[in-house]
Amino acid sequence: MTERMMIRLIENAAQLFLLLALAPLVTGVIRTLKARLQTRRGPGILQPYRDLRKLFRKGMVIPETASWIFAATPWVVFFSTLLAGLMIPMVAAEAPLGLFGGVLAVIYLLGLGRFFLALSGLDSGSSFGGLGSSREMTISALAEPAMMLAIFTVAIGAGSTGLTEIAGAAIGQNWRFLAPAQMFAFAALALVLIAETGRIPVDNPDTHLELTMIHEAMILEYSGPYLALIEWAVSIKQLVLMTLLINCFWPIGLQPTWFGFGALQGIGWLLAKLLFLSCAIVLLETVNAKMRLFRVPELLAVAFTLGSLALVSTFLF
Amino acid sequence: MIAELFLSGIIVWLAGAMASLALWCQPAAARRVACAAALAGSLLDLAASTAAIFSSSPIVIGLPFGNPVFTWAVRLDPLSSYFNVTLAALAAAVSLYSFGYLREMEGRRNLGTFGFFFNLLLLSLALVFTASNAFFFLMTWEVMALSSFCLISFEHEKEKTRNAGVLFLIMSHAGTGLLLIAFLVLASASGSLDFSSFHLLASRMPPLEQDVIFLLFLVGFGVKAGVVPLHIWLPEAHPVSPSNVSALMSGIVIKTGIYGMARVFFDFYGAPPIWMGTVVLGLGVASALLGVLYALMEHDLKRLLAWHSIENIGIILMGFGAALMFRSLGQANLAALALIAALYHTFNHAMFKGLLFLGAGSVVQATHTRNMEKMGGLIRRMPVTAVCFLLGAVAISGLPPLNGFVSEWLTYQALLAGFGTTQSLTRLMFPIAGSLLALTAALAAACFVKAFAIPFLALPRSEEAADAREASLPMRAGMAVLTVGCVALGLGATWFVRVFDPITQQALGVRASSALVMARGWALSPGTAHGGTISTAGMAMLFLIAGAAFALPLAARWRRRSVPGPTWDCGQPGLTADNEYTATAFSKPLRMIFSALYRPRREIQAEYEVSPHYPSAIRFENEIEPTFEKHLYGPLWERIMAAANRMKGIQAGSINLYLTYIFITLILLLLFGVRG
Repeated sequence: MTERMMIRLIENAAQLFLLLALAPLVTGVIRTLKARLQTRRGPGILQPYRDLRKLFRKGMVIPETASWIFAATPWVVFFSTLLAGLMIPMVAAEAPLGLFGGVLAVIYLLGLGRFFLALSGLDSGSSFGGLGSSREMTISALAEPAMMLAIFTVAIGAGSTGLTEIAGAAIGQNWRFLAPAQMFAFAALALVLIAETGRIPVDNPDTHLELTMIHEAMILEYSGPYLALIEWAVSIKQLVLMTLLINCFWPIGLQPTWFGFGALQGIGWLLAKLLFLSCAIVLLETVNAKMRLFRVPELLAVAFTLGSLALVSTFLF
Repeated sequence: MIAELFLSGIIVWLAGAMASLALWCQPAAARRVACAAALAGSLLDLAASTAAIFSSSPIVIGLPFGNPVFTWAVRLDPLSSYFNVTLAALAAAVSLYSFGYLREMEGRRNLGTFGFFFNLLLLSLALVFTASNAFFFLMTWEVMALSSFCLISFEHEKEKTRNAGVLFLIMSHAGTGLLLIAFLVLASASGSLDFSSFHLLASRMPPLEQDVIFLLFLVGFGVKAGVVPLHIWLPEAHPVSPSNVSALMSGIVIKTGIYGMARVFFDFYGAPPIWMGTVVLGLGVASALLGVLYALMEHDLKRLLAWHSIENIGIILMGFGAALMFRSLGQANLAALALIAALYHTFNHAMFKGLLFLGAGSVVQATHTRNMEKMGGLIRRMPVTAVCFLLGAVAISGLPPLNGFVSEWLTYQALLAGFGTTQSLTRLMFPIAGSLLALTAALAAACFVKAFAIPFLALPRSEEAADAREASLPMRAGMAVLTVGCVALGLGATWFVRVFDPITQQALGVRASSALVMARGWALSPGTAHGGTISTAGMAMLFLIAGAAFALPLAARWRRRSVPGPTWDCGQPGLTADNEYTATAFSKPLRMIFSALYRPRREIQAEYEVSPHYPSAIRFENEIEPTFEKHLYGPLWERIMAAANRMKGIQAGSINLYLTYIFITLILLLLFGVRG
């Protein structure tokens, strides 16, 4: 018992470290690639780490009108995102904290973070915060049914909502991701990922103080370490959703355990797959323009349709 | 022992009702007696029914009234006892709260009658859940409906309140009429009014009768539960009643409909045809989605909560529908899972909705308005109420690690497992229902961001909100009890599911909890092989550890480096409450996206003197179309009125005519009797 618990503890610690360390890098790589594609030089892939270090050293301005919700939110967002991150398989096929929750728990933990973020947006009393909260909750609500349909498709294939089992089923059947159901589900989840991580064409992560902003509007009043926590949590959330997508559909390179040389191999595969997905995101962001807010439901309706198609094709093919 | 406890609870409630009526001219004494009796009765009932769930055989108690034909008997079997536990737990907290809440009304209202009906309502609820024959059930059902009506109409000087009360009464009685027919059909088939003689009876009847009875029960109980489209009384009646009554109405009175359905579906029916399950599942999805969509458009805090009751009844019915379908398909274990999900959610909803209504009651008492647009900043004036309301909001949004998450997760698992149980197209219903449940839950989260943030956060939007005072000690205690309930039912999920063993044993012949509890009580699983697990206790533990180890020390360090500053006001001089986002603005994107449903109408009138660009006053009006009232009940009402007008002719007012009618009826009945 103690030995198994020790192993679990080490796995969790390793994945925790990976989440914390890798998340800013993914953000940095996406930013740099995007800059290069737009023939800019870009700030370099390590810039998010420098930003975090700078923010953690700074002081904070707390809005006079804000309550304790404002101070609690960064922590709730940060911890719930990390907890969700421990429930997904990253390097080994087994999710380190799989016992505590599967894919539904991941989604609802991210929902908990979003709930508090939306509250803090309204807490300061500025119109921007309310605007961001309102839009964020609307878009995430509309993304939810599409996401759930895609997840149901995957979960039905695996017979479980546990991510260890889902990844295991994907490994067990080679090239399963070429089946129509899987491809539809992948497409649906990819669209949801774009909406959930606030990327173009749903939201522009680079805007600040524009009337079209969503996520940035909610966190407008944050500064210093709290802002750093939220920024970090946002990049972890992006990493979690990206990893969820790649490891449920392309399980190539997932290792049986966290130990030995295999782990390095697993990390190598993870980085390669993340880079590939980042390139796809960058391409999508560069060739598209941001949509009007009221066109976003149409995009999510497409995702919902793809999810339904995925479901129907599970028993047609 | 259990019987004595239960009976003493009933007697305490009865005594409390009588005593507070007798003390009507001494308001303070009436309040104390009524609340103390309600609390004591609830605690006795809680003890009795908790023990009764686990008792090896149902406890039958004959009451010393009645006559040979209509016996007054109660029977505490696991299902009855479970609903009684729900009632008692909620009623205890509400009674505690009422000590403080009713104080405000002292001298202004007749608290004696309030105490009478309040205790009578609790008494009748306990008997509705335990009545063991159809006659006694319908009688207590009526007492419950009438005492609810009196409590809803308590502030009867307002016309809106009277209308809501009357609407409730009409719909409630229409439902009771249908129930009466259904019970009579069952009784004529069994030759007895006893519930035990109805056991599995409905499934042995001819198919047509089976279907008709099912629909009669579904509509009859559906009215009380507030199932769409029978819900229209609910968003009218819940907001106008005093808030402690709203908590009871929403938390437990509408659950009598759920209890009735559970009794009929899982006791009177064996394995019902599959269409019954699909109808219930479909109604559940419709109620859940429409409930939350209309809730989003409300800025009356209590009306918003009332719409959420419809949503949560929908979620419960989704579990029931799935359980019925699994039963038709011969999947007893999955049926048990779905039934557990539904019953778990029933208890959870009683806790968090009771809590939210009590919180809303505190807020309304402090600000003298139900309009959220006039609140704001209450988190500083009412910190305890704010924390309780926030936890209730997190729970009802289905967010981990609180109780709403556990029961919604179980519902998802049941729906997910349903896909593999059949090869027919019906199986598509399960994942679609699941995805719409996801939409419902996400919209509920959006709605409760609004329902918490607009009243409690940012700057006060009115003088009343700025001068609000924290609720009194008993009120805070009542809310705290329910908050603890929400947290305990969330974290102690693996401990709580054992309660369902006797119920599923009784209804489906399976004990599911041992398959549901994993990892020495740390994790909950759906009971299917490799079905995925959750551990709310584990999540909470990690949150606490992380919070204590990192958040608290670091936050303390960072606080030294922080300075308070004004919120960014876009360069305008000074931020006021007018700059804040309103509840109407918050839900505007959804109002536009779902405009096909809402058909919003808005009217803007600007008054100006020089140029339209410089208005001196703007009047803004915004409303959505009440679809069901307009397109379903409007035409129905017109038909009824037209029919009534035509029937005026036979009501001439002449006594001779009426005697003739009586005579003709008598002859007809005699002929009918002779023939039969």
